[in-house]
Amino acid sequence: MEQILQQLLNGISLGAIYALIALGYTMVYGVLRFINFAHADVFMVGAFLAFFLGQNLPANSIASTILVLLAAMTGCALLGTLIERLAYRPLRSAPTLNVLITAIGVSLLLEYSGQLFLGANPRTFPPVYPSAQLTLGGVILSGNQLLVIGVTAALVLLLQLVIYQTKIGAAMRAVSLNPDAARLVGINVNAVIAFTFALGSALAGAGGVLYAINYPSIDPLMGLMPGLKAFVCAILGGIGNIPGAALGGLILGLVETFVGGSEASTWKDAVAFGLLILILLFRPAGLLGKPLPEKV
Amino acid sequence: MPPRRHFLFLLSLGLVAGIACFSSGFDPYYLDLLIMVGVNIILAVSLNLISGHTGQFSLGHAGFMAIGAYLSTLVTVFWSDSLLASANEKLAGFAASPWGQNLLFLLALLTGGLCAAFAGLVVGGPSLRLRGDYLALVTLGFGEIVRVTFQNTETFGGALGMYGLPDHTSFFWVYATVACTLFVIGNLTDSTWGRGFAATRDDEIAAASIGINPTRYKIIAFVVGAFFAGVAGALFAHFKMTIVPTGFDFTRSIEIVVMVILGGMGNTRGVILAAILLTLLPEFLRPIAQYRMVLYALLLIVLMILRPQGLFNFRFSRKKSA
Repeated sequence: MEQILQQLLNGISLGAIYALIALGYTMVYGVLRFINFAHADVFMVGAFLAFFLGQNLPANSIASTILVLLAAMTGCALLGTLIERLAYRPLRSAPTLNVLITAIGVSLLLEYSGQLFLGANPRTFPPVYPSAQLTLGGVILSGNQLLVIGVTAALVLLLQLVIYQTKIGAAMRAVSLNPDAARLVGINVNAVIAFTFALGSALAGAGGVLYAINYPSIDPLMGLMPGLKAFVCAILGGIGNIPGAALGGLILGLVETFVGGSEASTWKDAVAFGLLILILLFRPAGLLGKPLPEKV
Repeated sequence: MPPRRHFLFLLSLGLVAGIACFSSGFDPYYLDLLIMVGVNIILAVSLNLISGHTGQFSLGHAGFMAIGAYLSTLVTVFWSDSLLASANEKLAGFAASPWGQNLLFLLALLTGGLCAAFAGLVVGGPSLRLRGDYLALVTLGFGEIVRVTFQNTETFGGALGMYGLPDHTSFFWVYATVACTLFVIGNLTDSTWGRGFAATRDDEIAAASIGINPTRYKIIAFVVGAFFAGVAGALFAHFKMTIVPTGFDFTRSIEIVVMVILGGMGNTRGVILAAILLTLLPEFLRPIAQYRMVLYALLLIVLMILRPQGLFNFRFSRKKSA
C-alpha cells in the first residue's frame, strides 16, 4: 500500500513536468496547427540557463531557486519568440508539412549547437534547491517533488487565468478558433502568435529547470525523450486543450512510473508510444477534445 | 515510356554485374562509401513513394529498416547455422557453397522486405485514416516501439545488438537492388496506381468523390515503401555486420526524411541526387566535422524558407492552396 502511494506520488511529480512541456505544445498547436518540434529543445535551453546561473548563486536556497526559475523562463520566452520570428513567420502561408520540417530543423540546430558550444558530455546540475524530506506514514515526500508539484500547479492556474481572464487571452482563443476572422475584428494575429510562443516557451523553461533539479544530469540531447513524451500527453488530453494537456501529463507520468516500477520496466518507452497510437486510433480528438466534423 | 524503362533496367543490371567483377580492385574506403550511397538511395526512394508521391508524412522509416535488418538475420544467421549443422551432408555442403550462401542472402533480403511490408500493412491499415501531423506521430511512435521491442528481445541480442553477421552485402547486391527499386517504384508511379497516389496526395476529398479510395492507395504506398526499406535494412545489416537497436532511432528516420525533402518531394531523380549528396557530404566536411551537423540543420531551415520545393526540383512549383 505504502509502495503504491509512493509510486503515485512519484508519478504525479513526473507527470507535472510532462504537463508543463505539453502545455507549450498544445498552445502552439492551438494557434498555428503544427507540432513545434523545437519545443523540447527550448526545454533543454531552460535547463542550461539555470545551470549557468545556478553555479554562481548560493546553493540550497529557495531564493536562488526562484531566481533561477524566473531567469530560465524569461530566457526561454525570448528564445521562443526569436524562433517564431525567424523560422516560422516566413512560412505562415506555406503548407503545414514545410513548417513541420522547419521545426525539425530548428530542433536539430539547437541540439547540435548545444553539443558544439556546451559539449556533448552530461553535466551535473548545481544543488540550488534545498533537499529536504518529509515522511508521512511511510511515504517519503521529497522537497523536490513538493517544488515540482507546487510550481506546476501555480503555473497552470496562472495560465488558465491569462487565457480566460485577460484581453490577450481572449485574443489567443479567437486566433485559435479562426485566424482570418480574428484579423477581421482587429486582432494583431502575429503579435498574438508571438505571445503564445513566449508563454509556451516560458513554461518549457520552467519544466527544464524542474526536470534538472529532479534528475540532476543535463546534456544537449536531454529534451528529446521528455519532449516526445510530452507531445504524447498533449495528444492524449486533446491537442489544443489546456486542461487536457495537464491531464495527459498526469496520466502518462503515472503510467510510466508504474510500468517502470514493475517487471516490465525496460518497456517503459514503448508504453508511452503504444498509448499514443491507441488514443489516435480510437479517439483522435483526445480525452477532453471535441471531435471536429470534416469540412470540404 | 515503359519499354525504355525496361531497357534501362536490364542495361543497368548488366552494368552493375560488369562493374561488380572489378569491385575487388576498388579502394575499400570508396567501396564502402558507394555501398552506403546505394543503401541510402533505396531508403530515400522508398520513402519518397510514401511521402512524395502519396503525400503521407512518415517519421518511422527507420522502424521498417530495423525490421528488415533484424528479421533478415533469421535466414542468414539462425537458419543458415542450422542448415550448415544439418545431418544431411548434401544440404550442408550446398549451404556452405558460394551459390548456397548467395541464395540464402537473397532469401534473407526477401524475408526482411516482406516482414517490413507486413509491418507496413499492420500500422498502415488502421492509422492511415489519420492525416498530416497525426500520421507523422503514429509513424514516429511505431518506429520507437519497434526499437524498444528489439531492445528487449534477447534472441536478437537485446540492447547490445547483434555482432559478427556474415558479410554478404557486396557492390553487386546493393546496386542490383537499387536498380530493382527504381524499376518497380518508377513503373508503379507511372501506372494507374500512380495516378491514384497523386490524386490522394493532391486532394483526398476530391479523389474520394470521383471514386478513388484514398485509404487503399495509402496502404499500397506504405506496404511497397516499407518493403524496400526492409530490404535496405537487410543490406545495411550485412554490410556493417553489426546491428544495434539505437542505430534505428528517430534521428535515422529524420535523416531519410531530409533526403526526400532536399531532393524535392515526388521527384525521384532529385531524391537520388540528395541521397548521394547527403551521404558524401559528411565525408567532404570532415575537416570541419564539429560544425557539420549545425550546418546541416541550418541548411534544412533555410531550404524550407527559400526553396520549399527541394534543391533539385527545377520544374515549376505547383501552387498549393492553403
